Amino acid sequence: MMQADRDDARIPRPSQLHRLTAGWQLLNRPATLDEHVRRFGPLPPQHGRRGRRDLLDQVAAAGLTGRGGAGFPTGTKLRAVADRRGPAVLVANGMESEPASEKDQALLARAPHLVLDGIALAAAAVGASEAHLCLARTRDWQQDGVLAALAERQAAGLGAVPVSVHDLPHHYVSSEETSLVHWLNGGEARPTFTPPRPFERGVRKRPTLIDNVETLAHVALIARYGAGWFRESGAAGASGTMLTTVTGAVDQPGVYEVENGSRVGDILALAGLQGGSAAVLIGGYFGAWHDIEAVSRLPLTAAGLRPAGGSPGAGVLIALPAEACGLAEAARILRYLAGQSAQQCGPCVFGLPAIADDLGQLAAARPDGDPLARLQRRFGAISGRGACRHPDGAVRMAASALRTFAADAHAHSRGRLCPGARRGHQHTAALPVPRPFAEGVWR
Amino acid sequence: MTSTLRVDPIACVGHGLCADLLPELIELDEWGYPIITGSVPPGLAAHARRAVNACPALALRLSRTTQQLTTR
Repeated sequence: MMQADRDDARIPRPSQLHRLTAGWQLLNRPATLDEHVRRFGPLPPQHGRRGRRDLLDQVAAAGLTGRGGAGFPTGTKLRAVADRRGPAVLVANGMESEPASEKDQALLARAPHLVLDGIALAAAAVGASEAHLCLARTRDWQQDGVLAALAERQAAGLGAVPVSVHDLPHHYVSSEETSLVHWLNGGEARPTFTPPRPFERGVRKRPTLIDNVETLAHVALIARYGAGWFRESGAAGASGTMLTTVTGAVDQPGVYEVENGSRVGDILALAGLQGGSAAVLIGGYFGAWHDIEAVSRLPLTAAGLRPAGGSPGAGVLIALPAEACGLAEAARILRYLAGQSAQQCGPCVFGLPAIADDLGQLAAARPDGDPLARLQRRFGAISGRGACRHPDGAVRMAASALRTFAADAHAHSRGRLCPGARRGHQHTAALPVPRPFAEGVWR
Repeated sequence: MTSTLRVDPIACVGHGLCADLLPELIELDEWGYPIITGSVPPGLAAHARRAVNACPALALRLSRTTQQLTTR
């Protein structure tokens, strides 16, 4: 064992840029519990009610926001659950159903103990007597890794709150909060029509805290180093670091930890943006297309992207290859999203295939009537009318494609292909669309 | 005090009775699913209740709110 120069009092704090990803470059495998403790120090004790309140205060003061896509203030969420009566339940969301996102998988594969620390700390802080880690059924290697890490912790005497690891059906909408609760209660991994909100009555009718695994990993660091340290990185109103997945027309696609509030252009440059790429899909398949020039100086934050009609989502940036047709890519993604509907709400069940057909006609430059006008009308008739946000996200992505590729859309609507499509690249599938998980399997 | 109509989109299967009974506040989209076009003025409260009671899927709900809600 390597415990030569071990001196817990002198463990250096992680740098401003490599916090969650500290040591990833050196270790191409999950950090063991020993390595984890050497890197970050031991799990801070959670003594009594005061210690728990202290963590709630620290998380709120740190300004941590949810890293799963919604960006809700984590401190507020923790407190809402802590203030409810009776024992609570914690659910760690590691589903990462956004096809282009890889950051949660990377985090669980490299630093499982950071996530498990966060689960233990947040569970104690809100008074949860049990915790559940939800993973996608298609990624069995993940469960093996996490279970091994949990066994290590048990052997070390860590683990006041029992953690159950679950493998849920891997559909796009299965990672939705209400889907997780419904499934954990013995139902299908499909969204339900709230209220009650999970924090009021969730798993087995208990107050339930649901947080993304990256968010929980940040909690583990805030508990160790404090809110002040957390804010040393990032920008005002967007503190700390965040994990991003950068892919598409870049030389080094992958997961990058960046300061929160970093500019879109700087993040793309980090991954080696290829010349000629003029558009970027920000936020994943649920996100929005943008002209790179127009957004490269904007910070990758909710407030920064709002004027451009975008949002960082789970921190996904996909650069469109120069030779690709953006409409064709958007049409393929929209078709995928239509297929990923939970098949519950009429406007989603019928509306998404309808606009996928419209956009497909446009992408192929084989318009039947006026697909552009139909799309604009149907966007308004679909958005906001589902039990979950799935139809809204699909509409936002499609509408942003029409804005960003407006000239191409205009040409295609008159039966003329844009240069990208003319080169025959509309079928090269620049952006991968996963094969759907077993259709109709929701349990 | 105003009342607001809400559709449970999972329960709704698009029978469309509500739009027949309350065309002032409910229209159907091209697939036959209801769109609520406004909150319920006092004069239409009885009609709104009738539409709620007529829904075979129990998908239409009427709730009282103290402040004006924005409709989507």
